[in-house]
Amino acid sequence: MAAIYVNVAVSGLLTGLVYGLMALGLSVIFGVVRVVNFAHGEMMTIAMYVAIVAFNTLGLDPLVMAVPLAAVLFALGYALQAGLINPFINRPEHSQFILLVALALIIVNVLLIVFGPDARNVQTSYAFDSFALGSLIVDATKLYAAALSLVIAALLFAFFRFAPLGKAIRACADNYTGALVVGLDVKRLYALTFGLGAACVGAAGAVLVLLIDVTPALGPAYTLLAFIIVITGGLGSMPGALLGGVLIGLTEALAGLLFTPSAKSMFSFGLLVLVLLFRPQGLLGKRA
Amino acid sequence: MPRNPLAVLPRRGLMLLAILLAVLCALPWLAGDYVLTVLITILYFAFVGQAWNIMMGFAGQLSLGHAIYVGLGAYTAALLYVHFGIGPWIGMLAAIAIAAACGAAIGFLAFRFGVAGVYFAILTIAFAEFARIGFDHLGFLGGSGGLFLPVANYARNDIWNLRGSPMMFYYVMLVLTAAALVLCHLLLESRTGYYWRAIREDEEAARSLGIDTFRYKMLAVVISAGMTAIAGMFFAFYYNNLFPEQVFHVSRSIELILGPIIGGIGTLFGPIIGAFLMTGLSELMQNLLASFGLDVPGARQVFYGACLLGVVLLLPDGVWPWMAARLGLSRPRA
Repeated sequence: MAAIYVNVAVSGLLTGLVYGLMALGLSVIFGVVRVVNFAHGEMMTIAMYVAIVAFNTLGLDPLVMAVPLAAVLFALGYALQAGLINPFINRPEHSQFILLVALALIIVNVLLIVFGPDARNVQTSYAFDSFALGSLIVDATKLYAAALSLVIAALLFAFFRFAPLGKAIRACADNYTGALVVGLDVKRLYALTFGLGAACVGAAGAVLVLLIDVTPALGPAYTLLAFIIVITGGLGSMPGALLGGVLIGLTEALAGLLFTPSAKSMFSFGLLVLVLLFRPQGLLGKRA
Repeated sequence: MPRNPLAVLPRRGLMLLAILLAVLCALPWLAGDYVLTVLITILYFAFVGQAWNIMMGFAGQLSLGHAIYVGLGAYTAALLYVHFGIGPWIGMLAAIAIAAACGAAIGFLAFRFGVAGVYFAILTIAFAEFARIGFDHLGFLGGSGGLFLPVANYARNDIWNLRGSPMMFYYVMLVLTAAALVLCHLLLESRTGYYWRAIREDEEAARSLGIDTFRYKMLAVVISAGMTAIAGMFFAFYYNNLFPEQVFHVSRSIELILGPIIGGIGTLFGPIIGAFLMTGLSELMQNLLASFGLDVPGARQVFYGACLLGVVLLLPDGVWPWMAARLGLSRPRA
């Protein structure tokens, strides 16, 4: 009996790592640019549809597509920040919000017009593979997806920790004026950061295609999910995003098992409300 | 402060307002059924936009979950009518009370615990989503299968039970929207209105001047929620069916804030102008597409998105302030 709980928990944890990668993008963008990307999930659905089209027409495995898709979304994110969002940096929060909500609306519905409302997925050769460890059965697809997400997250951590460019971006996040004074091109670094955040979403989207069916309506749902994760973990905290992803993955999996799967996101929202009220800075966030 | 609350409007503005009202009163007699339903939608959005504007435009609290108040209002009034035979106007009072209590609870939690800005906005979405999924799983409220009102008998109009022709619904909504405009005007020019605007501009400064910011933010949420519940009651009796997936959905929350944003946040006429522009233009586009034999399901939303983008890029204060300046209606800044 306990075995089923362990199995479900492990499965939730693996999915949670992919969620974590997606949320990492949101957290990086907010942590540096201080703009909340209300089109986050919608950008991910773009990546998901590209991954599906690439799989269906060229037979490219979504795990392989994760890297080129990260690059594509990087370019998209960079262009978005450089062209549209940079002029909004000093505007009030609600203007930035309207800008991104407008983008989100356009993305969802253009996808709806192009691909229709039906759910799409990919059928890989390893879709039904699994590894057995005693009574623990691990779904192979989920394991690959989680491992890839962890690798990409680790690369991003390393970039911000060691690369000079990563350090420069962190400097902008720390002190905007200070960064300007020492001669950093803050606008370009912001665009770069938005690109990196979008790249996370691109990779996460490619990987998630293996785990769930894709519809255009997924965009807003995943924007919300990314918010929940990032606020739970701490908006702006990179380890927090991963931790939040794992927590939400676990919560959803267990709630689906104990109650009914359709009610699972109620528990995530419940968790969000509790975190906002009792630890608004998030589990790993610093008090502003 | 002016004694006569309308005295702050220039004479030309009053005249234009009177003409607009006269046109709106006469329109149903001139327009066909289709235009009438579009007009009802416009008035509905003008009304909820006005309600939302109290919170965001006056007091500066961004709510992205107003669908929760529409939904609570709609479900309360509909349930009382379906199960207990209580008419919509009595039901409306219960709906206002419940939505206002819900708004008070959300406001209390958020403002007491210092949840502000983007976090507050996300908290409001979370509550609305929580309600959506909750109502989906409450069997005695109809669950995801929906709640239905007995369909209206169009033979005669029964204002007391809100059963009747679109014409009746139109005039009900017109009265409600006009009342909302007057109420918002009175609020904006009252002491509370000045406090709200102080909080919107700079909460710290407002507090240091001795304004009880918690109390006035709460007041804004409660009034806004209560007003939105009236719209919910109307929604239930006009459409006769309620599905949690529809009334509580995030896209409803987004839809109802488009009008005030496009018309001009914090202005009295912004929500009305915005509703006319949004709904009017999107219907026009829909018809244009239909005349080419096209039925594009997402086109309306793409259009909304483009409008929003255009307004936020070109007219960040909204259409109304720009229009008012053209019409010579802007009040000189005190």
